[in-house]
Amino acid sequence: MSDVSMSVNGREVSATVEGRTLLVHFLREHLGLTGTHVGCDTSQCGACVVHVDGKAVKSCSMLAAQAAGSRITTIEGLAEGNDLHPVQAAFREHHGLQCGFCTPGMIMAATDMIARHGPGNLDEATVRAELEGNICRCTGYHNIVKAILAASKTMAKGKGKAKKAA
Amino acid sequence: MYSVNYHRASSVADAVKLLKKAEDGQVVSGGMTLIPAMKTRLAAPSDLVDLRHVDELRGIKVSGKTVTIGAATTHADVAASDKLAKVCPAICHLAAHIGDPHVRHMGTIGGSLANNDPAADYPAAMLALDATIVTNKREIAAAKFFKGLFETTLKDGEIVTAVVFTAPPKCGYAKFPNPASRYAMTGVFVAKGKDGVRAAVTGAGDDGVFRSKEIEAALAKKFDAAALEGVAVPSRDLMSDIHASAEYRANLVVVMAKRAVAAANA
Repeated sequence: MSDVSMSVNGREVSATVEGRTLLVHFLREHLGLTGTHVGCDTSQCGACVVHVDGKAVKSCSMLAAQAAGSRITTIEGLAEGNDLHPVQAAFREHHGLQCGFCTPGMIMAATDMIARHGPGNLDEATVRAELEGNICRCTGYHNIVKAILAASKTMAKGKGKAKKAA
Repeated sequence: MYSVNYHRASSVADAVKLLKKAEDGQVVSGGMTLIPAMKTRLAAPSDLVDLRHVDELRGIKVSGKTVTIGAATTHADVAASDKLAKVCPAICHLAAHIGDPHVRHMGTIGGSLANNDPAADYPAAMLALDATIVTNKREIAAAKFFKGLFETTLKDGEIVTAVVFTAPPKCGYAKFPNPASRYAMTGVFVAKGKDGVRAAVTGAGDDGVFRSKEIEAALAKKFDAAALEGVAVPSRDLMSDIHASAEYRANLVVVMAKRAVAAANA
């Protein structure tokens, strides 16, 4: 067993878990944060993407114990109260989802991508290349790309309370 | 995944100690291969010794043309390194095309080399750059480090700590990625250094990464994509699988070599 403590969406949490507990299971089953999804369980689909110390990682391919001491942000940690994060708002505005299963991972990947390139610095080819690790089985990529480009522009203008992706 | 005991090493010496105590211990760095392998029970170590928080294993140093990359440096950090891009942009390009962004945030150069996946990108670069793999016990030339599929000369308790190479005047890398996994179905790293041309191929050999005599001989005459026109690479020792036949890969070696040279000359 491993004692793990970490900050999840700004809240300090501690638990004793099995060494083999994956971060995604810790988030979903121990903390009840079921917004992070398990899509493929083979490290390919990206539905489980969260931010660990500000970087997008696949929470199905990391042990909770590996993440101990880190700062985790999940999809639940993006909005401020009733105000959606600009990326969330853009996904709604541009209908960047069909069934919605991949959406949490897509949005966490998108906020990471915008943070790395700088708001307003994305073009379509870059967004498509950056989405290599996120699979949408509804094949709704077109609107996802549109939503990310729109969010990047909105955030560059400083509109929509661009909370820095943790 | 089978049950496993997790340990976080504070230093390389600490990691060695923790490994010694374990029944069937295994070091984990980014874990981008090991954790998925454990999930499918292809790997089942009794203990995991985590190197991700060992500061001495991280970082990129460039001194003149001598490049040192710490083993726990992530692909994302190699891809984004400005000082590395100045002396050896091909290695940044290579790192930027491993897996996907999320994998690159975790996966490390040391992990990739120690795992020696026959379709991984870094082994080709290390072999073509004539790099030295540094461990906690010795320094190993890349040509002696890689031993067949998923095998290296690393011994029990031996941990890769860094890689060192001299940035050549020209080098380039091109791969034909598997559309699903992004692993190289064939990847070629070419380097033109003081001692001539070296061309290493990954993803194609049935015994792992190798140097192509045919490509090297053609490029030694002229380091230009046109020099590879009509060059044939034998398919005899190449992999055949559901993704591509040996003959297809033999052709890909030449095509990727052309692209790698064009990138090196750009």
